[in-house]
Amino acid sequence: MERTIRVLVAKPGLDGHDRGAKIIARALRDAGMEVIYTGLQQTPQMIVEAALQEDVDVIGLSILSGAHMTLLPKVMQLLREAQMDDVLVVAGGIISDEDAQVLCEQHGMHAIFGPGASTHEIVRYIKDQVGVARE
Amino acid sequence: MDYGDLIARLRSGERRALARALSLVERGGPAARALLAAAYPHSGKAHLVGVTGPPGSGKSTLVSQLALEWRQRGAQVGVIAVDPSSPFSGGAVLGDRIRMQQLAGDTGVFIRSMASRGRLGGLARATADAAILMDVARFDHVLIETVGAGQSEVDIARTAHTTLVVDIPGMGDDVQSIKAGILEIADIFVVNKADREGAERVAQQLRTMLQFGSRDANAWQVPVLLTVASEGRGCAALVAAANEHYAHLQQSGLAEACAHAAAERELSAALQELALEQTRGPAWDTLVRQIAQRTRDPYAAALELLNQWKQHQSCNGKPN
Ligand SMILES: Nc1nc2c(ncn2[C@@H]2O[C@H](COP(=O)(O)OP(=O)(O)O)[C@@H](O)[C@H]2O)c(=O)[nH]1
Ligand SMILES: [Mg+2]
Repeated sequence: MERTIRVLVAKPGLDGHDRGAKIIARALRDAGMEVIYTGLQQTPQMIVEAALQEDVDVIGLSILSGAHMTLLPKVMQLLREAQMDDVLVVAGGIISDEDAQVLCEQHGMHAIFGPGASTHEIVRYIKDQVGVARE
Repeated sequence: MDYGDLIARLRSGERRALARALSLVERGGPAARALLAAAYPHSGKAHLVGVTGPPGSGKSTLVSQLALEWRQRGAQVGVIAVDPSSPFSGGAVLGDRIRMQQLAGDTGVFIRSMASRGRLGGLARATADAAILMDVARFDHVLIETVGAGQSEVDIARTAHTTLVVDIPGMGDDVQSIKAGILEIADIFVVNKADREGAERVAQQLRTMLQFGSRDANAWQVPVLLTVASEGRGCAALVAAANEHYAHLQQSGLAEACAHAAAERELSAALQELALEQTRGPAWDTLVRQIAQRTRDPYAAALELLNQWKQHQSCNGKPN
């Protein structure tokens, strides 16, 4: 039987709305995933702790505040410290290509989706990657 | 795999081990059963508290406040928050943690979100199994949040020691949650959102309805308590009442009777699960077709499956 993919969707940083995060959450649900949605203003510590308790396969972070170059590396560092490197981490939001490259190559994030990415694309990516990780 | 080792890690408070064990048990099957078998002898110490009521009534907010209250009294608190799965995709958005932010960063608390996964009556089993693991991981109180008042909530209430039924004012004159069976499962009634108009009236209606219940002087008198969960008001009194109910169960001998009844349900559920699994062979589809065509009745078919299984066992020499 196919295993249900569990995803934590969180919004780190202090910016105000979570429309984008909610749209993603619903798209993942409609693709058959279980989405744990934790809401606004999550610190990296809160995100990693929630991911641990919920034993998720994927963490999806939505970030608009511009603080991504401090917050996202921090999340990755805490995940390594908790020996949770096997969790797939993706982010979406307004992140430049250069920043995205640094986040993926130096900090170990798996994918960054820009504002133009379709939910379909994100769903496909997660399904492919989680499938591979479990081979 | 050696589940004894995983259980030892659970008991030593390793949070990742608990998270993994919960996933294993959620998936079910032989691995889940082996893990539960190893866990079972170490369980039976936690106070299981069910929290049920209509969507939006403030259950998650309340659970968060109750956890804080119990933490202040030095207890460790586990939370299992159940939301429905989408019947269309099988997926779910589980949003209960949004209201539990105040618990973040406290290692004396462990929160797990669970989707109902269309487990036809198996939801009570799934939450009971998860509660066993939290119990083994030494959480003193395990709060189980579920939506609504359907049959699965009634079943979950049966596995919890103390069941809180949450209602709110302002949804018409009638008490909201008094659907069939809900009055019976409440050990404590909570009227949340008492900052709103009409809370006292709802509480009064509930008290009147409850008067028609048991006349036995030794029986537990179901209290109706008002709370404003979003401000923490009334939550200390609620925790005190829940503790009192648990003490009442122990002192009155009801705890033993409940444990006995629960054991009986668990045994028959386990027997059903195993019997289904072991008898579901090649003959299954044929028998189903014959029953549908009315050429055979369900009992005769079930008997045939059991007889085939028995013969198979005696040929193999030993049951597995
Ligand atoms: N006015 C008022 N709002 C509350 C109270 N408790 C919770 N809420 C709000 O009710 C909404 C639903 O709460 P939630 O805990 O998610 O309800 P659940 O769906 O039953 O788990 C949230 O916006 C809460 O802030 C209360 O005592 N008074
Ligand atoms: Mg809730």
